[in-house]
Amino acid sequence: MTMAEISAALEPADRAREADEPHSLVVRFGIDKPLRLDAGVDLAPFQIAYQTYGRLNAERSNAVLLCHALTGDQHVFNIHPVTQKPGWWETMVGPGRPIDTERYFVICANVIGGCMGSTGPASTNPETGMPWGLDFPVITVRDMVRAQATLLDHLGIDTLFAVVGGSLGGMQVLQWAVSYPQRVFAALPIAAATRHSAQNIAFHEVGRQAIMADPEWKGGDYRLHQTAPARGLAVARMTAHITYLSEQALQRKFGRALQDRNALGFGFDADFQVESYLRHQGSTFVDRFDANSYLYITRAMDYFDLAGAHGGVLANAFRGTPTRYCLMSFTSDWLFPTRECREIVHALNAAAANVSFVEVESDKGHDAFLLEEPEMFRTLAGFLKGAATARGLKDVP
Amino acid sequence: MNSAIRVDLQLIADMVDPAARALDVGCGDGSLLAYLMNFKRVDARGMELSQAGVNACVANGLSVIQGDADADLRDYPDDAFDYVILSQTLQATREPREVLRQMLRVGKRAIVSFPNFAHWQVRLRLVFGGRMPETPSLPFKWYDTPNIHLCSIDDFRALCADMGVHIERAIVLDRASKPISLPPLLANLLGEQAVFMLRRD
Repeated sequence: MTMAEISAALEPADRAREADEPHSLVVRFGIDKPLRLDAGVDLAPFQIAYQTYGRLNAERSNAVLLCHALTGDQHVFNIHPVTQKPGWWETMVGPGRPIDTERYFVICANVIGGCMGSTGPASTNPETGMPWGLDFPVITVRDMVRAQATLLDHLGIDTLFAVVGGSLGGMQVLQWAVSYPQRVFAALPIAAATRHSAQNIAFHEVGRQAIMADPEWKGGDYRLHQTAPARGLAVARMTAHITYLSEQALQRKFGRALQDRNALGFGFDADFQVESYLRHQGSTFVDRFDANSYLYITRAMDYFDLAGAHGGVLANAFRGTPTRYCLMSFTSDWLFPTRECREIVHALNAAAANVSFVEVESDKGHDAFLLEEPEMFRTLAGFLKGAATARGLKDVP
Repeated sequence: MNSAIRVDLQLIADMVDPAARALDVGCGDGSLLAYLMNFKRVDARGMELSQAGVNACVANGLSVIQGDADADLRDYPDDAFDYVILSQTLQATREPREVLRQMLRVGKRAIVSFPNFAHWQVRLRLVFGGRMPETPSLPFKWYDTPNIHLCSIDDFRALCADMGVHIERAIVLDRASKPISLPPLLANLLGEQAVFMLRRD
């Protein structure tokens, strides 16, 4: 696909409608119930779009909250309303799967700042009747978690059996266990860290600059101008996508193989398969994701610093925690490498917390947590089973 | 649920009070952990050097992290556990004395088991065979053994005395891991391994 074709793939209208009227469950909070944000402002009214799978038991003790990653959403285990593709964690969630919907009541909410129905920059600002755009306040991971806690209050769920998520989802898991230790029985952050490194921030900054450098971005008011910064967003996605893969995986998959040709084209078309692959990743992404949402959520990840919020000592964040933790990392993940996961383990040990830690051998890079990784499935299933016994949850009949 | 564990592990398990908090350093496949958890309601955690061992333990619902006695005990706060257990691993640590000190800082009690290097077979092999001893409890060649700090039962007692550590119990085991009751001099000759329960004085 050429860059001209990418820019022609404008944001479809149904994609934009999804921000206000999502094809999922949604709960709306009025101006009497504002969401207090870390930026120091109240967000009201606001809404949270979510999906649930399985059934809540009579004791309300079998709820599992899934936290999605940067470009994920609440559609974990159903056909996605925009892409018409399967949910993002169908390998992990479902009947008989590690997160067994026969046993657990699974909830996943679109993050605040997202574009799939929870209030974000693509949502309509009730004061103007226009999309929020850059008038939307900057949100943090803690704000996302606070919004989810509001949803759980609404659902009448006091304690979560488990909170599970990878990447940004893992950051939310950590924030959940730190913000509401009494509400989280078990926490499973996967391929996560307690803060973004300079390199992480740098990659995100490249993505944001690509979006903002696109003349179609129009200072964030592209919907008003009926344009879309598709090129910028596609480049942001292409850059980020490289960070999700390991060098070995990229090399194994593409090497220097040529795309639909036998010789170099001596031009700037996608000669190499890897170029074609990245362009495809970029172009499909712009059809389903909002550029401003991308700015806000990447910012929230950059701002996340669990130790910083606890006097620079990570162990302080976990002091006295009753939550049992299971951390997982992947050997070839260079975005959230194992050593950062180990720092969390050390801090949890310093707090004498109940912690398990597994490094999964994989050459699939950061993305491994979304893929078929039998060892991850085994670990997660075993840990949840042990935790369920400790929690007194009944076995699947 | 399997209630049968290795005899020496069973001895250690019997020393642990029900519902206590215990850390098993070098927990291997987690059989002692599982036993403590299932049959004694112990809040049992494990640390294991091999990642494969860790992954198997966690997949079985045990709380285990990858780590080693030399480096990772110092993360834990004082008195985090009622017992810190080190079974058949002390001789493989880089700094056994420091490991013991850390164990007794992190735990109110330490339970340590190790092979006795003064067992008569070991002595015979070295004195008359003129070769580095290989026995059922020390099955390695000199060049590939993980056991870099071997000691005898008497050596261990001397270290405890030097560290001012109180020996609450000492059990000497024969080849079949059966406890034998002998005066110290004979125990050091006939015991193939030993289990000590220690506490700070």
